[in-house]
Amino acid sequence: MLAGLSRSWAYRGFIFGSVKREFQSRYRNSLLGALWTVLNPLAMIIVYTVIFSQVMRARLPGIEDGMAYGVYLCAGLLTWGFFAEVVSRSQTMFLENANLLKKLSFPRICLPIIVLFNAGVNFAIILGLFLGFLAVTGRLPGVALLALPCLLLLQVLFSAGLGMLLGVLNVFFRDVGQFFGIVLQFWFWFTPIVYPIGILPEGIQWLVQLNPLTSLMQAYQSVFLQGVWPDWQQLLPFTLLGLLLCLLAWRLFRLRAGEMVDEL
Amino acid sequence: MGRIRVEQLGKAYKQYHGRWSRLVEWLVPFAGPRHTPHWVLSDVNFEIEPGEAVGIVGVNGAGKSTLLKMIAGTTQPTCGRIEVQGRVAALLELGMGFHPDFTGRQNVVMAGQLLGLQLDEIDVLMPEIEAFAEIGEAIEQPVRTYSSGMQMRLAFSVATARRPDVLIVDEALSVGDAYFQHKSFERIRSFRRDGTTLLIVSHDRTAVQSICDRALLLEGGKLAMQGPPEIVMDYYNAKLAEREGQLVHQEMLADGNVQTISGTGEAGITDIRLLDEQGRPIEIVEVGRSVVLEVNVVVRRPIERLVLGFMIKDRFGQPMYGINTHRLEKPLSNLLAGESVTYRFAFPVLLGKGNYSVSFSLSRLDSHLDKNYEWRDYGLIFHVVNTRKEDFIGSAWLGATAEVQRHELPLTPRRAEITS
Repeated sequence: MLAGLSRSWAYRGFIFGSVKREFQSRYRNSLLGALWTVLNPLAMIIVYTVIFSQVMRARLPGIEDGMAYGVYLCAGLLTWGFFAEVVSRSQTMFLENANLLKKLSFPRICLPIIVLFNAGVNFAIILGLFLGFLAVTGRLPGVALLALPCLLLLQVLFSAGLGMLLGVLNVFFRDVGQFFGIVLQFWFWFTPIVYPIGILPEGIQWLVQLNPLTSLMQAYQSVFLQGVWPDWQQLLPFTLLGLLLCLLAWRLFRLRAGEMVDEL
Repeated sequence: MGRIRVEQLGKAYKQYHGRWSRLVEWLVPFAGPRHTPHWVLSDVNFEIEPGEAVGIVGVNGAGKSTLLKMIAGTTQPTCGRIEVQGRVAALLELGMGFHPDFTGRQNVVMAGQLLGLQLDEIDVLMPEIEAFAEIGEAIEQPVRTYSSGMQMRLAFSVATARRPDVLIVDEALSVGDAYFQHKSFERIRSFRRDGTTLLIVSHDRTAVQSICDRALLLEGGKLAMQGPPEIVMDYYNAKLAEREGQLVHQEMLADGNVQTISGTGEAGITDIRLLDEQGRPIEIVEVGRSVVLEVNVVVRRPIERLVLGFMIKDRFGQPMYGINTHRLEKPLSNLLAGESVTYRFAFPVLLGKGNYSVSFSLSRLDSHLDKNYEWRDYGLIFHVVNTRKEDFIGSAWLGATAEVQRHELPLTPRRAEITS
């Protein structure tokens, strides 16, 4: 794995160039250009915070603060968005770049790296806006924020592993891409993002706890909403699962990389 | 740098029996293989020395492109080993994955990065790439507005911006106008002089013969033959015309050339002679001299129509002149077994000095691809010398005359004053 990564270092120009180009291409023919990268997520944050908490008066049980639900929602939605982008982009990355894979010989590992960086840039913008919003409204979580990079790293590990696994499988079984689109929708509602886990009936709560993303989302929510350090022990299964996914993905990739080009 | 070694190379694509077969094969343990391998290449062995130029020929589906893709590294072999030393540049198909919405310049940067170059290196190479592609202002336009020729020019310019140790070209050069083809061949030749190993796939006999030191013939996924390009191309052409029951055989001539004879054998050439004006057999011809090419043919089985053609080639195998009795409106019809025919072609030898070979074909129609009774390369070899005409360059004597008129400078006013 290290050999692959070090080989991709020689292609860093290609990786950063691709990330930059994709970023540019999205706003290529628009007049406002890069401003849209800020306007879109800003609108999203305003909708969740102002509309939900002020207009619809949605409240988190037990907390009287009007903005709390908006912050809760954002903490889950923004990070889920990052997760969903990485996974869904990864599963089509080999198919979309079939043209390149067939014509040129370059380290394949560049493709997932490009996907990660692309999603990372988008997420960084949104996160920056969100943190700015928290600062303006005086809700900055303080020291607990230091847990954020660590949580994000775990998330990247998990989503990159899963994405890579699906990406390779999708080349051989195109159903995987279709199927996972459906899975992702159910997964979203099966994760306490829009609702707090406490409002679920007792009988289902344990089931939702089995969802590996539950512990991650709860960690984000505790950082952003309560400003407290996440419960690291709860994150252990998620971390192990992330490592396992990466290992599986790497093995599958090594085994099938040669055959993959024949199928494209 | 630039050595290529291919050992026991094989490539098979998997053909699954049904839609679900792959899933079963992957998921069910001990289910055994549920596919049949479709071998497109098998047991290919060869070695290419650094700086050598090798052409790969063969009919469509013989495995040429697959072989190149494996050497270029985009496709993995099923078995065997490929060892390539040094930096490889491959022009496998058109475009190199250009992005249609980006400008030519941006695509050059991306393509350069895909070749493993860094931005500053690309900046240095950019003026040179632009100049070579000769697409002018279009470099700032999106690639979707380019013609296929322009795309190819840009792709070639990027791929060859830096001299690679190994250059792989898959018929990409057949696109583009004659001018650019010429220019790109010139660049390939200069790479060769500097030691680049060259591997090309081409159907163009002239290209293979003029650039390559050696040719490999692939047939049904196997290496059928390798050797000097003229011999392999002759064999390949003979094979192309080959039909059921035809024979192809090659034999080494005394002068080291290899003669290829193929055909169905209903008619055959028994004797070939080159005669001077007095009817004496000759091997050496003076430029501009009239000669007669005499060919004796025997008919072995009844045939409905017979055409004899001949082609004079220079020592590189480039055609100088070719004609047949169909085009000369002297075909023969309804020949009986046992008949013999003598053909005499008279022509002045307006060729430059050098060695020439003559190939012959006996066929039914204009082309030997329809029905080929006999095809014979190196049927005759003759030498052209120049002792009487002015010494000229090239392979055709055009007999130019010169008329030279010298114009006096006009008188300047000052000089005019003095003289008056």
